[in-house]
Amino acid sequence: MTMEEKMGGSNREDEAMDRFPVGMRVLAVDDDPICLKVLGTLLLKCQYQVTTTNQAISALKMLRENRNRYDLVISDVNMPDMDGFKLLELVGLEMDLPVIMLSAHSDTKLVMKGITHGACDYLLKPVRIEELKNIWQHVVRRKKPDSKDRVNALNQDKASGGIGEAVQTSTSCSDQKFNKKRKDQNEDEEDDGEDNEHENDDPSTQKKPRVVWSVELHRKFVAAVNHLGLDKAVPKKILDLMNVEGLTRENVASHLQKYRLYLKRLSSVATQQANMVAALGGKDPSYLRMGSLDGFGDFRTLTGSGRLSSASLSSYQPSGMFGRLNSSAALNLRGISSGVIQQGHPQTLSNSINGLGKIQPVGLPANQNQNGTLFQGIPTSIELNQLSQNKSANHFGELNPVNNPNVFGVATNFPDARMTVGSSSSSLSTPSGSPLLLQANTQQAQHSGAIGNQSSLGVASLNQESFDMGVHGFSNFVDNGRCHENWQNTVQLSSFPSNSLSTCEAFSHEQLHTNNLQESISWRSSHLSDNPIDLSASMANAGLEHSRGDMQCQISPSNNVIHNIDYAAKRQWGENSSFAGADSLVSGAPYVQHLEAGKLAFNTKLRSNEDFLFEQRKPQNEFSQNNFETLDIISSSMIKPEQYNETGMMEGELGYDAFPLGSCI
Amino acid sequence: MDLAALKTQLKNFVQSMFEEGVLDNQFSQIQALQDSTNPNFVEEVITLFCNDAERIINEINRNLGYQNVDFSNLDSYVHQLKGSSSSIGANRLKLACANLRQASDERNKEGCLQALQLITCEYCLLRRKFQALLHLERSIVELETNQK
Repeated sequence: MTMEEKMGGSNREDEAMDRFPVGMRVLAVDDDPICLKVLGTLLLKCQYQVTTTNQAISALKMLRENRNRYDLVISDVNMPDMDGFKLLELVGLEMDLPVIMLSAHSDTKLVMKGITHGACDYLLKPVRIEELKNIWQHVVRRKKPDSKDRVNALNQDKASGGIGEAVQTSTSCSDQKFNKKRKDQNEDEEDDGEDNEHENDDPSTQKKPRVVWSVELHRKFVAAVNHLGLDKAVPKKILDLMNVEGLTRENVASHLQKYRLYLKRLSSVATQQANMVAALGGKDPSYLRMGSLDGFGDFRTLTGSGRLSSASLSSYQPSGMFGRLNSSAALNLRGISSGVIQQGHPQTLSNSINGLGKIQPVGLPANQNQNGTLFQGIPTSIELNQLSQNKSANHFGELNPVNNPNVFGVATNFPDARMTVGSSSSSLSTPSGSPLLLQANTQQAQHSGAIGNQSSLGVASLNQESFDMGVHGFSNFVDNGRCHENWQNTVQLSSFPSNSLSTCEAFSHEQLHTNNLQESISWRSSHLSDNPIDLSASMANAGLEHSRGDMQCQISPSNNVIHNIDYAAKRQWGENSSFAGADSLVSGAPYVQHLEAGKLAFNTKLRSNEDFLFEQRKPQNEFSQNNFETLDIISSSMIKPEQYNETGMMEGELGYDAFPLGSCI
Repeated sequence: MDLAALKTQLKNFVQSMFEEGVLDNQFSQIQALQDSTNPNFVEEVITLFCNDAERIINEINRNLGYQNVDFSNLDSYVHQLKGSSSSIGANRLKLACANLRQASDERNKEGCLQALQLITCEYCLLRRKFQALLHLERSIVELETNQK
C-alpha cells in the first residue's frame, strides 16, 4: 500500500531552483508510518516539497518515471520490501540523486555501509528539524564541481556525523552518474579533474562520449600493467605499451585507479571470504546477501584457484574473470568490481535472476557485442544504463514483487546484481500480513475516529471477544499457569461490564473515547486472526484502568465534581474499583512474577498510576493514598478468593500466586 | 474548567511525562509541528503510533511463542518499534526496546520474554497517558470551537 502525498506547487525544476532551498523536492521513503509522517511534516516545515511513500519499490518507480521530479531522496535503512542500501545504490546510480539514509541504529558498520553505498549522509532517528534544514546542501554539492572547499566546511558544521569528506569529494564531479562509484578512488588520488576526461564546467548539460573499455582494450591494459608490474605501472607507460589510438593518459589513469582498488578489494575480501567460508559455511549476514550457494561455490573454487593477483589476471578469460568478479562482487564490493556486472542484455539478466550460477555462462557470451565484460566502469555504464532504463520499466512490470529487487539490481547492471540475487529472500522478509495490517490500521484509524453512540453493552460483548482471544494469546505468551490467565481475563471481563454499567448513567458519552480505543483494539485483534493477541486483554485492562481516569478528566469542570464522583464511584464499586485498581496491578503481575525488570515496570506502573491520578486532581492526596490502600486490599484480597465473588470472579481460579504482587508493593 | 486552565493542565501533564522520562524532547518537536495547517497532528501521530506499536508488540509476542524463535525477524521488529518510539519521543519505551534488542542479539529467549514484558508495561503506561493527553486536547479544542 502506498501513501503518496504530493505537496507543494509546480514541479518545474527552474521554479524550484529559483527559490532554492525552498521548494526543494524531496522524496521520503520509510516503512514506519510514524516516522514517515513525522519526517514528512518536518520536511514541509522546512519548506520543501515533499512526496512520501512507505515502499521502496514505489519510490523507485516514481523516480524512474521522472528523475527530474525530485532533487533529493531520504530513505530508511530497514525496509521490508527492499533493503535501504540497495535502494540507495540504485537511486544513486540510475538517477544520480543525492540520497540520505535514515536509521534508528547508529552502528558504525551501518554508517560505513551507507558511505560505501554512496549515501550523502546518514541521519539517526529521531530526525531533528535542524538536521533537515541542512540537507539541501547535498543537492548543491552534486551540481557544483568546485565545491570541495565548501564541502569540507559544511562537513564540519554538520551535527550528524558518519559521512566524511570522502563521500563529498566524490560529488564534486557533477552529475555524471558514476562519480559515486569513484568516490573511494577520489579519496586516494587527488586527480579529480583527471578521472573524467572532460572537466565539468557546465555540469548539468555536458555529456561527452566516454572511452569504452572493451575486453580487448582491457586485456591490453592488464597486459601492460603486468608487464610493468603493478607497483611500477604508471599511466604514461601503460599508455605507451597499449599503443591505442585515441586513448588519453587520463583514460588510462582513471582506469588504473579503478583497477587497483578492485584488486585491493578482491584480495581483502578473498581473505575474509575464505576464512568465513571455511569457518562458518558462509553465515555472515552481510555477505550472505549473495545468498545462493552458487555464488559461494564459485568463489570457493576461485579462491582455490589462486589469489586474485595481477598474475592470475593476466591469464584471464572472460568467463573466469567474470565469475570471480561476480562472486566477489557479491560481497558488497563497490567501485571497480561493480563495473563487472555490466551486462548489456536485460533478457539475459532476467535469466540470471534465477540463479547466480547462471550468470556465468549466459551473461558473457551474449555480451561480447555489448562490451559486457570487466572493467567497464563508467564508460559503458552510461549506455547500459540507458538501455536498462528502458528495459527496467518493462521488467518491473513483468516480475512479481518478490523478484523485483533482483530485477532492479540486475537490469541496471550494477553492483546490485550481486546483492539482489542473493538477497531475494532475506530482504523480503515482510510478514505477508503487513499490507493487510496497514489496511487494518487505516480502517481502524477511521473507526476510532468516529465517536458514535455505543452502548456499553456492546463494548462488553467486544470484550467478550477479546477475552476469548486473550486466553488464547496468553497461552502463547506467558508461561504461567492457566489459572493465571483465567484470572486476568475474568478480571477484565467481569470488571468491565460493571464499570460500564456504573458509568453508563453518568458518563456514557465520555466513555466512548476509551470504548473506541478498546473496541478498536479488539476489532483489530479480531481481524488479525492468525494469532490473537494477549495484548488485547492487557489493552483492555489498560483501557479499563484508564476509563476510570478518563472519567476523572472528562468531568473536568470542577475538581470537586471529579473527586466526588470518582470517590463515589469507588465506594459504589467497592471491590470493583479495587478490582479495577487491581487490573493495573494484575497486568503488571504476570510480568512481575519472575522478574526484576518486570518488577521495576510494575512499580513504575503503580507510581505512574498514582502520578497520573495525582496530576488530574492535585489537591486530592488522599486519593493516591487510597490507591495504595487499595493495593493493600488487593494483595490481601488476592489471598482471599471469596472477595471476588461479587465481581463474578471464579473461586478457585486464583491458583495464581499472589505473593510476588505483595512483595512488590 | 475554562480554556486557560485546561491548557495549563495539559501543559503540566505533558511536563510530568517529561519528568518521568516517559516522553522526551522529540515529543516537543511533534507538538511544535501542530499548527493551523496541521491542527490534529499530535493526535494523528499518537494514534498512528499506538496502532503501530501494538501491532509490533503483538508480532513480537507471537514470534516469541514459537518453539524456535526467529531472532533476526525479532530484531527487525524491535528495530521498527524503536524507530517509532524515538520518532514520537516515547523515551522509556525506546529504552525498553534496547533491552529486547540486546536479549535478541544474545539469542536469549527468556531474556527476550522479560524484555517484552517490560516493553508491554511501558507501552500500556504510555498509552494511558496518551489517552489522557488526547482527551485534554480534545476538550481544549471543543472549548475553543465553542467560544468562536
